[in-house]
Amino acid sequence: MANMAQAIRLALHYGEEHLGVKEIFGEDVGPPLGGVFTATQGLKTAWNSPLDERGIMGAALGLAWAGSRPVAEIQFVDYIFNTLDLLKLCANSTWCSGGKFKTPLVVMTPTGSGIHGSIYHSHSFDSVATKLHGMKVVCPSTPIDAYGLMIAAIKDDDPVLYLKPKALLRSRGEELIPGELADEKELRGMIDAPIGDRSKWKPRWPEVKEHLVPIGKARISKAGADATVVTHGRMAPIALEVAKELAAAGEGDVEVIDMRSLIPYDWQAIKESIRKTGRVLFLNEETEISNFGEHLFRRTVDELFYELKVRPRLLAGKATPGVGLSPGLEYFSVPQKTDVERSLRDLLSEPA
Amino acid sequence: MAEKTSVAADPYELLGRDTLFRVHELMVKARVLEERLIKMSKSGDGFFWIGGPGEEAFNVALGLQVKKGRGVENDFLHLHYRSSAILLAMGAKPIDTLRQMRTVAGDPYSKGRNFVNHYAVPEWNVVPVSPTIETQYSTAIGTGIAQARAKTDAITIVNGGDGGTAEGDFHSCLVWSNRPALPLPVLMIVINNGYAISTPSRDQHGERRISDWTKAFDGMPGRTVNGNDPVESYFAIKEAMAYCRKSRRPYLLEALASRLYGHSSSSGANRIPEADCIKEFESQLMRRGWMDQQSLEQIWQRNMEEIDAAHQQVKQEPFPAPESAWEDVFSSGLPDSYPTKGGS
Repeated sequence: MANMAQAIRLALHYGEEHLGVKEIFGEDVGPPLGGVFTATQGLKTAWNSPLDERGIMGAALGLAWAGSRPVAEIQFVDYIFNTLDLLKLCANSTWCSGGKFKTPLVVMTPTGSGIHGSIYHSHSFDSVATKLHGMKVVCPSTPIDAYGLMIAAIKDDDPVLYLKPKALLRSRGEELIPGELADEKELRGMIDAPIGDRSKWKPRWPEVKEHLVPIGKARISKAGADATVVTHGRMAPIALEVAKELAAAGEGDVEVIDMRSLIPYDWQAIKESIRKTGRVLFLNEETEISNFGEHLFRRTVDELFYELKVRPRLLAGKATPGVGLSPGLEYFSVPQKTDVERSLRDLLSEPA
Repeated sequence: MAEKTSVAADPYELLGRDTLFRVHELMVKARVLEERLIKMSKSGDGFFWIGGPGEEAFNVALGLQVKKGRGVENDFLHLHYRSSAILLAMGAKPIDTLRQMRTVAGDPYSKGRNFVNHYAVPEWNVVPVSPTIETQYSTAIGTGIAQARAKTDAITIVNGGDGGTAEGDFHSCLVWSNRPALPLPVLMIVINNGYAISTPSRDQHGERRISDWTKAFDGMPGRTVNGNDPVESYFAIKEAMAYCRKSRRPYLLEALASRLYGHSSSSGANRIPEADCIKEFESQLMRRGWMDQQSLEQIWQRNMEEIDAAHQQVKQEPFPAPESAWEDVFSSGLPDSYPTKGGS
C-alpha cells in the first residue's frame, strides 16, 4: 500500500506511460534525489532544474503552449511567492487570449505545517492560490485521492495547482490504488530508491490503472446528521478522527467533507450537508485573515442563512507572520486536534 | 546622385530592391498604424496606448525572417508590447490591432480584454503578450525546451526592452538557455532605447553593453547593432537566427533603437526628437536613386487611406457583451457552482 508520496509517484508514472507526460521537473526533482519528499523518484522524464522558481514556472507555461503537458514542482510552497506574476500568467492566459491558448500544466508543491518547518517550510497558500482565477486548485488528504487527482490534473486542459500536504506525504489510507501492491515492503522494494549509490538503480513499476478523482468533487469522508465540517488537506484526517471519536462517545454525528478541490469547489455537496445538519465548521490551517474558509462562510450566510441552526464557525491558523519553530509556538498558531475537538463540541452543543 | 559602391560592399544591394521596398512599405504601414492608435487613445476612441514607433526597422526585418506556423516545428515568439511591426511583417491585418485598441468584440487577440499591441496568435506561435515586464523571457524557456527536444531547425524568439533586463527573468533565460544539460535554441533580443519608462538607463545600468551579459557563458554570441537601420538589422537577425537554428544554442542580439513617442500614453505619447528609422531609410533609398519623393508620398498616402478605412469600419463594430467576461475563465466552461454574483 502506497503512502501519499508514492501514490503521486505512481500517478506521474501512469502519466508518463499513458497520458503523454514528457517533462517532470524542478529543483532536485530528477536523480539522484527524486524530490525532497521522494515524489518523483525513478520517473523516466524527471529532471533537475536550476534553483530558480520563476524559471520553473516560465518553463512550465512555455511547455504547455508548445503542446507538452508538463508537471513542474516548486520544492516548498513557501518558495512560490516570487513566482506570483508567472502564476497569474498561467491562470489568465487562456482568458487574456480570448480562449485561443490553452494552458495544460500541473504545478505541484508541498504545503502547510506539521513537519517542524519553521517560518519558511510551514506556509499555506490556499487564499492566494484561490485568487489566481483561471487556475484550478486541488489538495488531497489520502493516497488514493492524491493518485486520482494527479491523473485528473494531468488530463485537464487548464492549469492545476496541486497542493501536497507536507505532513501527510508519508501517510497511508485505506483504499488501494488499482494495480498497486498491498504489501508496503514489497512496493517499497520495487519503487523506492536505495540508500547510497543509486546510479544503477531502476524502479520496477507495478501495472497501475487509471483512477480519476474529478476536479471539483468533494469526498464525504464520514456521513453525519448533526453537524458538518468542511475541510481539506492536512486537517481532513484530523477532522475525521475527531468525528469518529465524538460519534463513538455519543457526543454527536459529524459529517466530514474533504473538499479535495478548492477551485472549483463542490458547493453542491457543502450546501446539501449544511441543509441537513444546520451546523457547520470550516476548518483549515491557513491564517484567519482573508482565509479561503471565509469565502465559504460568507456564501453559507448568503445562501443558507435561514437553514442554519447556529452561527457558522471558522477554525484556522492564527494570523502571526510565520509559524514558529519551537513546538509550543507551532501548536499554538496552527489548529491541532484538541482545537478541532473543542470547536466541534462547541458547534454541536450550542442550543438551536 | 547615387554613390558608386560595389555590390559586395553595399548591404542594400545585397538585400535587393524588392526586399527593401517590401521592408519600407511595412515600416510605413506600422508607423501609420501606431500613429492612428495614438490618435485613438487621445481622442477617446480607445484607452491606454503602448506600442512600437521607432522599432519598425528592426521589427520588420525580424518579422520577415520568422519561420511562421504552428507547433514546435515553427518559431515561437514571446514578444513585448512594441511589436506591431513584427506582426504586420508576418502578415497580420492592421484592422485587428485597431480592433484591440477600440476594445471591440471582434478583437481577435483578446476579445476586448487587453491593451493594444497585446497579440496572441496560435496559428503563428505568437504566445500571449503580457503587460508584465520581462516574463516573456521566462516563458521562452519552455518553448525553447520543447524545440531543443524536437528534431527541427525552429527556434524561440524573445524580445524586450533594455529596462527589463534588470528583472530576474532576463537572467533566468540566460541561465536556462545555457544549461549544459540542455542548451536551448533561443534568440534573445533586447531593444535598447535608453529608457525604462521615464528613467534613463545610463543612471541605472553599469553594464558596458547589454550584449556583454553573454560573456559569462562559454561560446554564447552577443552582438549590438543599429536597430534604426533595417538593412543592418536584417543581416544581424539573419546571422543570429542561422546560429540558433543550426547550433541549437542561444544568441543575444541587442538593437539600439529610438523610442519616438515616449513610453506610452501615460507619458503623453508626443513625438520625441530622436532619429527616425523610416526617414533615414528613405534618404538611403533616395540617395541611391531607388525611390523619389513622389513615390514615397504615394506609399504614405496609400497606407493612411488603408488605415483610415479600417478605423472607420472598426468604429461600426460592437463591443463585447459584459457577460462575455465569463467566457474562457476555464477551457471547459464555468462550473455550475462557481460564484458569479460578485458578492452577496
